[in-house]
Amino acid sequence: MVVECAFLRSRYFDSVYLMRVAKRISGAPGIHAAAAVMATEKNLKALAQAGFAGAETFDPSPNDLVVAVRADSSESAHAVLDHIEEWLAREPVPATGAVFGSIEEAARDQPGSNLAVISVPGEYAANEARHALDSGLNVFLFSDNVSVEDEVSLKRLAAERGLLLMGPDCGTAIIGGTAIGFANAVRRGPVGVIGASGTGTQEVTTLIHRAGSGISHAIGTGSRDLSDAVGGASTLVALDALEDDPGTVVILLVSKPPGEATVRRLRERLARCPKPVVTCFLGTVPASGQPGVVEAGSLSDAAFQAVRLAGGHPDEGDHAAVAAIAEEARARLGPGQRWVRGVFAGGTLCYQAQQVLGDAGLAVHSNAPLEKKLLLVDPFRSEGHTAVDLGDDVFTLGRPHPMIDSTLRSERIRAEGEDPETAVLLLDVVLGFGSAEDPAGDILDAINAARRSAAERGGHLAVVASICGTPEDPQDLKAQAARLRSAGVAVFPSSVEAAAAAAAIAGAR
Amino acid sequence: MADRVKALLASGPKVVNVGLVDFAASMRDQGVAVAQVDWRPPAGGDAEMMSLLDRLL
Repeated sequence: MVVECAFLRSRYFDSVYLMRVAKRISGAPGIHAAAAVMATEKNLKALAQAGFAGAETFDPSPNDLVVAVRADSSESAHAVLDHIEEWLAREPVPATGAVFGSIEEAARDQPGSNLAVISVPGEYAANEARHALDSGLNVFLFSDNVSVEDEVSLKRLAAERGLLLMGPDCGTAIIGGTAIGFANAVRRGPVGVIGASGTGTQEVTTLIHRAGSGISHAIGTGSRDLSDAVGGASTLVALDALEDDPGTVVILLVSKPPGEATVRRLRERLARCPKPVVTCFLGTVPASGQPGVVEAGSLSDAAFQAVRLAGGHPDEGDHAAVAAIAEEARARLGPGQRWVRGVFAGGTLCYQAQQVLGDAGLAVHSNAPLEKKLLLVDPFRSEGHTAVDLGDDVFTLGRPHPMIDSTLRSERIRAEGEDPETAVLLLDVVLGFGSAEDPAGDILDAINAARRSAAERGGHLAVVASICGTPEDPQDLKAQAARLRSAGVAVFPSSVEAAAAAAAIAGAR
Repeated sequence: MADRVKALLASGPKVVNVGLVDFAASMRDQGVAVAQVDWRPPAGGDAEMMSLLDRLL
């Protein structure tokens, strides 16, 4: 096996485009793996960690492109790398329409511009956000790896300008029916969502849609907004906006655990809210019993409570079906199969799964654990019950999010299948705008391989999954569910139910 | 209540996209006006230095 690199000076492409190029190259004769990244220091480090050492010898600058391949021979590697321009030319660039040299120019030339959507690499993101706010634009800041100091100063600047800053690390928003970033096709309706959590927002908005109701707006705030360092600056702006919005009847707030001082301040603010509010602070925030505020214990509960407050009648799922599926899977496990292994694309869905499994008495390790003592020593290796969030920085450095690029997730699924103690694979499949074209199909080979590994040992690997999406999403919810079922996966309509099924299969063994 | 936030919710987004062109394509598919900025890392690529210079100038 050889590793070879090609190097193109001053050629910039975005990470998602490069992922597609790399994917295509991986299928070339004699090529085992390929990576294409801009030559930033972080990316080169990530490349070396991923087994593509050697690129750093070129004295690269961040404006240069590196394409690295692992091949069975130098000839195979060169058959691709010597014609790299042709490979790049083969991958279509999405039509961009009018293109501008700067944010200021774009805002000036497109009259009525009111939102900048920023997804440049984290180290450049704060600077671009500043330009956008100075140009009078609200900002959706998708980029992560922005410092908390920058976040605080950007949010202060936004407040001075009377603007909304969603982010940094904001994955999801739906503004006036438009899905921004990773978001689903949902009907418009009475529930306004404020989300510090991207997949949390996707889960509640899709459940609300599937319960027959709809979304006025879903405003993202960034994952750290409710930390005490940031103090809920964007949440408070969003709350003002949804209170004032005539289309919003009920307000739903979703977040991982907020900071103590911030949650106190937020509750004081919610006490003055004239509209009914549902909060879902996953994790360990004790209920306050605050009048006028429904405190939901899970994303599903939050979605259904909001629908009910808006006058709807949600169907809350079939607990008997969960129990029956679990019972059947449990009976087929081999004697040494003990552990739940959750391999997640959605951070909040991973977090919630830990909560559900924890409530069932299972101690779950994670790279993003509920309690510090359950932190995985090595995020790349599971221990006991594990739920791993593959959207975490440690996994996304130098590569797109697992909702777009399933390479790492497939590898992890196969690895869990090779562990004879794995009893249940717990997965999330997230549909919507921004996500991969066929997220279920992308992990199917890995699921089949994992199940085969277990069967060859005389065991049975149970695979349970939830799909976060709507029938109106570009990927076709029904077809995605059918693909998973064809591989023997038990598919549940919500992540809570999937986690409950996993707990029931592996619990008390 | 800030007028510019209110206007965003009332009239829907009109977008300046900086970064992933897939996001621009997805919003355009939904019927939203999007102006794409031809972004690339600043010359030399030193993010902190560029940010500092930007603030000074």
